[in-house]
Amino acid sequence: MTTLLDIKGLTKTYGPITAVDDVSFSVDQGEVLGFIGPNGSGKSTTMKIVTGFLSPTSGAVEVDGLDVTRHPLEIKRKIGYLPEGAPLYGDMTPMALMKFVCKVRRLSAEQTRRGMDYAIEKLHIENVLYQPIETLSKGYKRRVGLAQAIVHEPDLLILDEPTDGLDPNQKHEVRELLKEMAGKKVVIISTHILEEVEAVCSRAIVIAKGRLVADQDPLSLQARSRFHNAVGLRLPVDQAEACVGLLQSLNGVQQVRTSTRTASMVELLAVAIDGSEILETVHSAIDEKGIRVDEIFVERGRLEDVFRDLTFEVEGLKQSTDDDLEADHA
Amino acid sequence: MLNIWIVSRRELAAYFTSPLAYVFIVIFLALAGGLTFFFGQWLERGQADLQVFFLYHPYLYLFLIPAVGMRLWAEERKSGTIEFLLTLPVTTGQIVIGKFLAAWIFAGIALALTFPMWVTVNMLGQPDNGIILAAYIGSWLMAGGFLALSACISALTKNQVIAFVLASALCFVFMMSGVEIIQSFFRAWTPQAFVESVAELSFLTHFNDVSQGVIDIRDVVFFLSVIGVALFANAAIVEAKKGV
Repeated sequence: MTTLLDIKGLTKTYGPITAVDDVSFSVDQGEVLGFIGPNGSGKSTTMKIVTGFLSPTSGAVEVDGLDVTRHPLEIKRKIGYLPEGAPLYGDMTPMALMKFVCKVRRLSAEQTRRGMDYAIEKLHIENVLYQPIETLSKGYKRRVGLAQAIVHEPDLLILDEPTDGLDPNQKHEVRELLKEMAGKKVVIISTHILEEVEAVCSRAIVIAKGRLVADQDPLSLQARSRFHNAVGLRLPVDQAEACVGLLQSLNGVQQVRTSTRTASMVELLAVAIDGSEILETVHSAIDEKGIRVDEIFVERGRLEDVFRDLTFEVEGLKQSTDDDLEADHA
Repeated sequence: MLNIWIVSRRELAAYFTSPLAYVFIVIFLALAGGLTFFFGQWLERGQADLQVFFLYHPYLYLFLIPAVGMRLWAEERKSGTIEFLLTLPVTTGQIVIGKFLAAWIFAGIALALTFPMWVTVNMLGQPDNGIILAAYIGSWLMAGGFLALSACISALTKNQVIAFVLASALCFVFMMSGVEIIQSFFRAWTPQAFVESVAELSFLTHFNDVSQGVIDIRDVVFFLSVIGVALFANAAIVEAKKGV
């Protein structure tokens, strides 16, 4: 695997404010990197530095072995970028905009034709090619923004909140496109929609207050949840009391929560100590006692919980209480 | 070079896709013509020249050129497209020059559309067309100077109205710096040499020379230097204000 993007000790300050604080990571060919963090955590700033829009206060960013501050033009040629909110010239048509981008990027006639056909087909914008961009819907605008970012087949595609404000169908389409690009290119997306990270990213970086707080694949990140490997049970109300008692007596069970309760049924969650696997234990114990259970499932943990645990502390907010989490799980 | 031209072409097209271009051209032509005929009493003078026509150009430009220049950067910053533009493989310098050229070409088109005046004067008499050509060139150079100043101011703000007002004020200072009001303002507290160099910056003085038909290389160099310095400052401002 070759490293396409290498960031070392990247720091960016605006006067007294440190937007990005000593961030280092590298991205290999074929990776889809999800950049997650609360608003104002430094995601966009990092992306703006990689794309050469802002210059770093200190630290180095290398794309394909070239330093961004010393070879800005070469690097800009390799990058496709969708800035946050997809700002585009409203008075231009998507056709004119893409042609402009192809010209600035010095694509040959053949590359231009191929790139435009590809982008137009992938993003389904053939119907709006000759309408001024300012008259298009939000979804179409975003797609035009994506089209101009992929028209030159960049090695590195950087998308700042590409699905923000799109409807579920449009989100789905953008994700399909990202999945398709995965493996061939390096894609970096920033988002605060965590399901997106699960859906398309091969790796997730969590950033909070400008600092990198986690860098893992989404599954391992999920495993950091305190609910990882917790066993959920759905059973009739009359069985509940016995079951709670039983679960609490088991080895490896940290606590038992009641996540839902209706007139006829109860959902329990047995949280495992250190996220160890307890399904086997729970299952055999229940069988032995002959407790009737309608459904049994293993909780993988949700990125959202991990995200909150990781970022709350750094952000200086109050640690999420168990009650909050419980309410969420309900 | 090619990059500059690509940026210019896009910018020029942007002028003509918005109503601004047509409003500007119509108003410019109406005012230029109206001032010449009614205030300049062009016909009554009975002279086959365009002196009174060019006489009003500095005053027209004072308000109309900042209107052309105000959107150049303020609009980009307001809509966020500056981020899109500056992450394309073009240098800031190329964009600054490209944008300026587009606006300058646009001003040139508006100026060229005053050709019926030239046709008329040639039908009515035998003017010295050399003088007229020199005055057109001088007028266009002066427009360039005003434009470069306006573009520079436009890069300072996201608000086009502020850009317009500030640019008009700055253009006024540059235009009038040879006039007594501005001179006496400086004379009170600066050395004589400074007062004289301020007077040298006067657009009006330099333009008057050219519009008499004397293309002095010093006047040309003056306007080109103003453009050069203003665009250099423009690029520096764009670089400095990127992150804000």
